[in-house]
Amino acid sequence: METHDLMRSSRRERLTTAGRFLVTMLLLALLFGWGLVLNVNTGSVEIPAGEVFHMVWSGVKALFRDLFTGSDTLRAVTEASSESKIIFSIRMPRMLLAAILGGALSVSGFLLQTFFRNPIAGPFVLGISSGAKMVVGITTILLTPYLGTISSGVLILSAFAGSLLIVSMVLLFSQRVQNMSMLLVIGIMVGYICSAVTDFCITFADEEDIVNLTSWSMGSFSGANWSGVTTAAWLCLGGTVLSWLLSKPIAAYALGEGYAQSLGINVKVFRAALIILSSLLSACVTAFAGPISFVGIAVPHITRTMLKTSRPILVIPATYLCGAVFCIFCDLIARTAFSPTEMAIGTVTSAFGAPVVIYMMLKRQKVRQ
Amino acid sequence: MIYFHTKDLSVGYNGHALIHDINIEVEKGKILTLIGPNGAGKSTILKSITHHLAKICGQVYIDRQEIYAWSARELAKQVAVVLTDRIHPELMTCEEVVAMGRYPYTNALGKLTPRDKEIVVQAMERVHALDLAQRDFTTLSDGQRQRIMLARALCQEPEVLILDEPTAYLDIRHKIELLDILREMAHEKGITVIMSLHEIDLATKISDYLLCVKGDTIEAFGPPEDILADGAIDKLYDIQHGSYNLLFGSVELAKPQGEPQVFVVGGGGAGIACYRALQKRQIPFAAGILFTNDVDYPVAQELSDYVVTAPAFEPMTEAHYQQAAQILLRCDCVIDAGTPIGTLNSMNGRLLDLAREKGIPLYSGWQAMENKKDSRENRRRERGVGP
Repeated sequence: METHDLMRSSRRERLTTAGRFLVTMLLLALLFGWGLVLNVNTGSVEIPAGEVFHMVWSGVKALFRDLFTGSDTLRAVTEASSESKIIFSIRMPRMLLAAILGGALSVSGFLLQTFFRNPIAGPFVLGISSGAKMVVGITTILLTPYLGTISSGVLILSAFAGSLLIVSMVLLFSQRVQNMSMLLVIGIMVGYICSAVTDFCITFADEEDIVNLTSWSMGSFSGANWSGVTTAAWLCLGGTVLSWLLSKPIAAYALGEGYAQSLGINVKVFRAALIILSSLLSACVTAFAGPISFVGIAVPHITRTMLKTSRPILVIPATYLCGAVFCIFCDLIARTAFSPTEMAIGTVTSAFGAPVVIYMMLKRQKVRQ
Repeated sequence: MIYFHTKDLSVGYNGHALIHDINIEVEKGKILTLIGPNGAGKSTILKSITHHLAKICGQVYIDRQEIYAWSARELAKQVAVVLTDRIHPELMTCEEVVAMGRYPYTNALGKLTPRDKEIVVQAMERVHALDLAQRDFTTLSDGQRQRIMLARALCQEPEVLILDEPTAYLDIRHKIELLDILREMAHEKGITVIMSLHEIDLATKISDYLLCVKGDTIEAFGPPEDILADGAIDKLYDIQHGSYNLLFGSVELAKPQGEPQVFVVGGGGAGIACYRALQKRQIPFAAGILFTNDVDYPVAQELSDYVVTAPAFEPMTEAHYQQAAQILLRCDCVIDAGTPIGTLNSMNGRLLDLAREKGIPLYSGWQAMENKKDSRENRRRERGVGP
C-alpha cells in the first residue's frame, strides 16, 4: 500500500497537473486535426488530402479577402468544382457542426454532473432530450397539415422550448427535494413521461405528418448548413465560455453546498446559472442534431481520467475539445461504416460511449480500493 | 472586551423559533462550546450564525458589527466553518481542498498568488498534514479528513471559527490532537472558536465558556466551572439510568437494583474495578467503609444505594463499623478489594474479620469470586443439575 502511494506521488511529481493538461490538449488537438482531414476527404467521393488542404486554404484566403474588401470571391472558390461543392457545402459544415455540438453536449454533461454531484447525470438521462423531442413531435404533428414542410428554425425553437420545459420542471422540484439522487430520479421519470406523450401523439398521427419527426429524432448531423453552423457556434461557444467563467464556484461546489455557501457563494443563484447554462447547451444540440445519447456522460469522464484532476478551469476546455473529437469520429463512423446507408449518430455514440463509461467506473473502483 | 456576541437571537426552521433569547458574550481568542442532547438545536444555532439558516430574530455581532448586514464574501473572510457534511470531491488533492479556503480572496478565476500558496502550506503545517498535500482527498481516513477540513477553514484566515461536532468519527487520539490544534489557534492567533461537542469531559477541559442547549431556551451559559454543578450534566441530558461524573469525566451505567448481595470492602481506588465488575453483572452490592474524599467514593455512590461512609481525615469509629456490619451480615459474600488496612481505616479490617468469623465467603478481588462461582456452576452442571 505504502509503496503504491509512493509510486503514485513520484509519478505525479514528474507530470504536474498543468503539464498533463498541456499534453492532453496537444493530443486532442492532433486527433482533432486528423479527424478533420479524415472527415473531409472520405465519403462516397474520395478527395485526396492535399487537394482538400489546398481548397480549404484558398477558401480561407477568399473569406478574409471578402471580409476586408467586401467582394464576393468566396462563392467562386466554393463552387469551382463538384469536389469543392461537396467539401464546402456538405462535408465542412457537417463536420464543424459535429465538432461544435459534440463539445457543447459534453460541457452540458459536465455541468449537470456538477449540479447533481452524480456521475451518471447528463442531458439524455435527465429527460432534457426527451422533453425536446416531445415538443418537436407535437409541433410537427400540429403544423405539418398547414405548412407542408417544417423549417429547421421551427424545429430548433420547439426543441429549445421542450428542453427549457423539462429544466424548469427539474428546477421547480429542486426547490422541494434536497436529495440530489432523488432529483435525478425525478428527472429520469419526467423523461419517461415525455417519451410516453411523444409515443402517444405518434400513434394517432398521420404517416406523412411525422416524417420530419422521425428523421429528426434519429439524431444526425447530416442536415448541416453554414447558417446553422454559425448559429450553433455562437450559442455553444458562448455557453461554454460562460461556463468556464463559472469555474471558480464550480470548483468550490465540489465541496458540497454547505462549504460553498460558507465561502461566499450564493448557492441558489449559482445552481440556477448552472442548470440554465447546461440546458442552453444541450437544447442547442438537441435542436440542431436531435437527441444524441451518451456523449454527455462519457466525455467528461474520459476527460477527467486523462487530466487526473477535476479542476473545472482545465476540465471545461478539455471536455469541449474532447467532445468535439469524440463526435467527429463518431460521425465519421456513422457516415462511412455502412456507406451508402447512414447510421443514426446516437447508435455510434452509445456503442462507443457506454463501454467506455463502464470500463472507467470499474477502473476507478479498483484504484479506490 | 467582548468580541463575539448575540442579542436575543432566535433560531429555528421555516420561520418557527426553536430556541429563543440566546445571549452569548465571548472575548477574542476564547473557546465557546455548545453542549446538549441530540436534536437540542446546537447545529441550528451554529448554522444561524454562519448564515446557512436564516435567523428568526435578534442580532449576531462580531467586533460590534452586525453580521447579517455583511455580504456573503465579507462574512466568508471573517467566519470559517467545519461542518458535519461528509464530502466526496472527485479527483481533488488535499492541497486543492485546502486551497479552496482562499476562495474569498482570489480573483474571478480563482488564481492562487504566491502569498495564497504560502498560506495554504502554513495551514497544512499547522494541522500537521503537510505530508498529505498530494494525496487524493477521498482516500483519507476520518482523522486526516478532519485535519484537512480544519486546514481549509484556517486558510480562510477567519476571526471566528465555527465547528459542528468536529470530533465526531474521530478516535480518542485524533480528538485530543484536533482540540489541541484549536486551543493553539485560539491562543496564538486570537481566533475565537465556537463549536459543538458531544464529549462533555473534553468540552469542560478545552472551553472557556459552555453553552448548554436544551428545550426552547438556553439552559446555562458561562465558564464551565461556574455552570456545571453536581448533577448538571445528568439534568441537561436527562440521564435517568446511569450517571456522569464531572470531576473524572467518567460515565457510570445504570446501578443494579435490589438488596445488596455482595459487600465490597474497598478504598484508595481498589474498589472501583470491583464495583464496575458487579455492575456489569447487575449484582446489587454494598460498599464500605469509605472516606468521603476517597477516590472510590463517587463511583460507589453512583453504583450502589448502600454505601457506608466516614468523614475525611478522621479515623473511622465504632458507629461506622456497626452500620457496615449490619449490612455485611445480610450479604451472601464479601469481597476484599485489597486496600491496605492502616490506623485510620482499621474498622475495615474488623469487617473482614467479622466475615471470616461468621463463615461468610470472603474473596480477595472480584475475579476470585467469579472463579469460585464458575467452578461451582461447572460442578453442578457435571452433576446434571441445571444452573
